[in-house]
Parts: sequence; C-alpha cells; structure tokens
Amino acid sequence: MSKSARLAVIGAGPAGLSAATLAAELGLDVVLIDEQASPGGQIYRALAEAPAKRIDLLGDDYRRGRALLRALHTSGAEYWPDTSVWSLDQNRTLGILRAGRAAMLQFEQVIIAGGAMERPVPFPGWTLPGVMNLGAAQILLKSAGVVPAGGTVIAGVGPLLLLVARQYLRAGVAVKAVLEISPRSNMLRAAPHLLRATAGGSYLRRGVKYTADIMRAGVPIHYGVSRLRAHGDRHIESVEFASHGWRGRCDRMLATDSLLVHFGVTPRTSLVCAAGGRLAWDTSLQCWRTQVDQWGNTSVDGIAVAGDAAGIGGAISAEHSGRLAALAAASSLGHITAAERDRLSHADIAWRRKDLRIRPFLNALYRIPPEFLVPDDATIVCRCEEITAGQIRAAVREGHTDPNQVKFLLRCGMGPCQGRQCASSVAHIVSATRQIPAAACAPFRVRPPISPLSIEQLAELSMADE
Amino acid sequence: MRVPAGESVAAAVLVHALDHTRTTPVSHAPRAPFCMMGVCFECVMEIDGIANRQACLVPVAEGMQIRRQHGTGRIDE
Ligand SMILES: Cc1cc2nc3c(=O)[nH]c(=O)nc-3n(C[C@H](O)[C@H](O)[C@H](O)COP(=O)(O)OP(=O)(O)OC[C@H]3O[C@@H](n4cnc5c(N)ncnc54)[C@H](O)[C@@H]3O)c2cc1C
Ligand code: FES
Repeated sequence: MSKSARLAVIGAGPAGLSAATLAAELGLDVVLIDEQASPGGQIYRALAEAPAKRIDLLGDDYRRGRALLRALHTSGAEYWPDTSVWSLDQNRTLGILRAGRAAMLQFEQVIIAGGAMERPVPFPGWTLPGVMNLGAAQILLKSAGVVPAGGTVIAGVGPLLLLVARQYLRAGVAVKAVLEISPRSNMLRAAPHLLRATAGGSYLRRGVKYTADIMRAGVPIHYGVSRLRAHGDRHIESVEFASHGWRGRCDRMLATDSLLVHFGVTPRTSLVCAAGGRLAWDTSLQCWRTQVDQWGNTSVDGIAVAGDAAGIGGAISAEHSGRLAALAAASSLGHITAAERDRLSHADIAWRRKDLRIRPFLNALYRIPPEFLVPDDATIVCRCEEITAGQIRAAVREGHTDPNQVKFLLRCGMGPCQGRQCASSVAHIVSATRQIPAAACAPFRVRPPISPLSIEQLAELSMADE
Repeated sequence: MRVPAGESVAAAVLVHALDHTRTTPVSHAPRAPFCMMGVCFECVMEIDGIANRQACLVPVAEGMQIRRQHGTGRIDE
C-alpha cells in the first residue's frame, strides 16, 4: 500500500466518486477507499456487475452511475475496494482493514463520503426475521437479483415505497399493500415550503404517476397508517396496523412472511464522531448530522464530509458536494489557489443552493410522526442489548438525564452496532420524557474501532507499531 | 450449497431460506439481516472459524465454512 497518498476519500458512492475523480484530475495523490467489493455506493450498488435485464428493471436513476464509474477509471485516482475504515483520529490517521489485515495510515486531507443509513424506527416486532429495511431489499435486488418470493408488505414513508412497489410489480412479486405512515397534516406543513421548492412540482407529479400505476395493479395503498406492529413467533407471520381514511380509523391485519420498512435515511456519523468532529441536531431531518461549512469542512482540521454523510441531499447533490470538498482539499494542499477554487466551484454552489430549496418541503412532507419516534414501553429500542423504551424512560426518570448516562447505565448502545441503530431513538425518548428539545441532548460518544477487529488483527497492529 | 460468486454471505443465507443468522445473547431470540449495509450487526456469523463477522459485508467464496452465531460468539460460551 502506498503511504505517500495525500488525500483519502472514504466511500465510493456518488459523493466519493466525484470527489476522488476531481481531486485526481487536479493533480492530487488520491486514494478512494470503500468496504464494498465494487464502486457505486448505495444508489449505484453493484452497477458494474449487474446484468442488463436487472439494470433495465432498476431504470435510468440506476444507469446514471455509469458515467461516474468511467470518470473515476480515467482520473488516475487509486481505488481500494473491500477495505473498511475502522478508525479515524484528529491527526487524520486512518485505521483500515483490507484482506483481513489491519493497518494505520496517515493522510494530509481526508474526505468522509460514507453516505447515509436507513433511519432506525423501533416498533413492536421489528426485530423478527422477515422484517427488513426496504433499502436493504434494494441491495439484495441490485447485488444478487433477489426479491421476496412469497410476496411482501411495504411500510414507512416517502417515495422509495412507491418506487420499489412498482419495480416489484414489474418483476412479478406480489405486493400485498403499501402502508404510508405520514399523516395528512404533513401536507399542510409542507405546503408553505412548496412555493420555494422549484422542483417540487415535478417531484409530486412523479409520485402521482407511481401511485396510479400501483393502484391500477390492484395493490391497496393506505395513508396515515399508525399502530404498526409485526406479529410472529420466530419469524413474522402477520402485520397489524390502523389506517386513517376519510371514514375514520380502521384496524387491519394482513398475513405476510415479509415486511419491508423504510423511514427515510439519516447521515452516518460514526467516523466523524470518532475523530472528534462536532455534530448538530437537525430539527427538520429529526436526527444528528455533521456540522460543516459550504465546502464540507468539519470542526476538525483537514477532515471534510461530503454527500449524504453530511446531511441528506440525494445522489445528485452528493456529486456536487463531493466536488466542492475536492476543490477545498486541493486549495488547502496548495494545488490550486483560493481564487481558482472559488471560480471552479460556481456551478456546484449554484446547483446546491437551488436544490436546498426543495429539502424543507420534502422533510415536512415525510416528517416522522411522534408516535413512531417515541415507542411504547414494551418495544425493543437497542437491538443489540435488547433494551426497551420502558427501561430507557425509567432510567431518565431516575435521573440519568443524558443519552450517554442512559448508555452507561443500561448498556444501551454498547453492543456491536455501537448505537448506530438506537442513538437517535434514545435522544427522542430522553427529549420526550424530559420535555426538552432533542437538540439539547448530547450524541453518544464514539470510540474506535467502529467496526470489529479480531484479537489477532489487533495484535498484528501493535507489533507493527513496535 | 452453491451460490453465485461475489454475492454476500447474508444474501446467500436469505436466498436459501435459512431464515436467521444469529441468536441474541440476552433472550436467545433469532435475528436476520436487517440493513445489508454493515450498520445493524444483526448478520454477524461465524465465518471460517472467526466469530462476529458481518455476513452482509463478506462475499461468499469456494469452500467457505459458515455457521450461525449464538450469543456473543465468544469461545467461553
Ligand atoms: C440502503 C440504502 C438504499 C438506497 N437506495 C436508493 C435508491 O435505490 N435510489 C435512490 O435514489 N437513493 C437511494 N438511497 C439514497 C442514497 O444513499 C443517496 O441518494 C446517495 O447514494 C448518497 O450518496 P453518497 O455518496 O453520499 O453515499 P453512498 O452512496 O451511501 O456511499 C457511501 C459509501 O461509503 C462506504 N463506506 C461507509 N462507511 C465506510 C467505512 N467506514 N469504510 C469504508 N467504506 C465505507 C459505503 O460502503 C458506501 O459505498 C439509498 C440509501 C440507503 C442507505
Ligand atoms: S445486515 Fe446489518 S450489518 Fe449486516
């Protein structure tokens, strides 16, 4: 492995691909690192290997990634697939794991482009086998051509529900129902933002078309769904929910051995936290995100964040923010002047400014209702340590008033996932119990390794140090 | 068991209807892959004798030995 590389880009999704490509074109020594076997990130997952038929099913949004892959190829950037980054410190030392071997490497600049994850929303039965994230099901389709053979129910918020339902119908999968949880009141909340959202109209039109296609196929779409729960002994057998139509509330039960859920996506923040970067609570996104300036610079010198890892903007926005972070890195390293950086960034900044206008509208439209953010006492919140919302509430009432205190008392967030799946829920529960804003809660502290290393790998690493 | 090369171990488990990848240390409940992208740790399995490996991040390989993980996967259990 070369140790002289000056810029490390972590994550080969649209943000990281654009950042690494532009930085290499500007003459920087770049390494692009990703734990996946092939480039593309979540949206363009496995694009290089996918057979033509699968690409056709996934459509133009998926195909678009090809240009990014080609550009990386010709840029001269070095690319390390199958390489995970398990630590990062304020001196920009990366701990990496590649082919089973751990190593530490230092860089002059680091761009984190680790993307987002699906928002974890606890509800009764969400830990049962057969219940899975909808984006996870998309990954199965993209990388292995797998769909839920026995049919499925799709629940949650947002356009991905409709997009996947439509793809499944075209692939011959029985979609039993689509359950949209966002209440009608979200429409009222979102309406004032629509005036500022220039792209809002085309966005809504696409939604209307997808909805019509799905309904024409005879699939019921329920709106304003509440009381979602999965039942089953060792595997999901049925899903129960209440739908709120014009005629009032109606309780329903559907037999199914598969339930796919999606509650939007939230930034992945472990690496930036490990390096001591500051997070900010985003009230519109209802989660934490990294504090960054317009270039993506974090509170730690030489470490920037681009793409969905900084704040949710989607794939195209990720490309622009990746380019901005690359320009800033090139200027910090003296490859271009600040004036050149500013000149080269005009188009990206203008695009992002325009795109940012649609975000308040989308966030308001797909806002998660409090019922889902703050679960019932019996619901498991920490999947690793099996801690319930009731235990967390009791801890808060006993005086453990901060998420980190709750963590140490209950081990909630101390399991293998290190709080990735429970951190925001704990903040919501603490905030609701104490009747304070979630922004007043401190995020979980993160200590490396952020992904597991074996004892042998750690031993090897300390021998290399000596 | 035969699966296409390059597919993740977690995908192979799901395709072959093997249902769950691990049981929990606390209540021994079965769990299955939930995120497929390395953030939930529900897919940890014992792969080629090493416990706690995220099956959704490990591509299948010829002759690989894969076992469900019960509890924390430590030897002393
Ligand atoms: C599961 C999932 C499915 C999605 N599906 C769609 C879809 O079908 N259509 C759509 O329009 N949008 C989809 N999205 C939204 C999508 O994430 C964004 O639109 C876009 O991909 C963001 O680009 P990005 O470059 O910021 O991050 P990503 O595309 O997420 O790329 C981040 C990359 O960083 C890598 N990475 C992260 N942490 C590490 C680490 N520690 N070490 C090494 N590598 C690391 C990951 O492997 C990944 O390849 C999905 C999101 C998720 C979470
Ligand atoms: S399925 Fe979530 S970490 Fe593998």
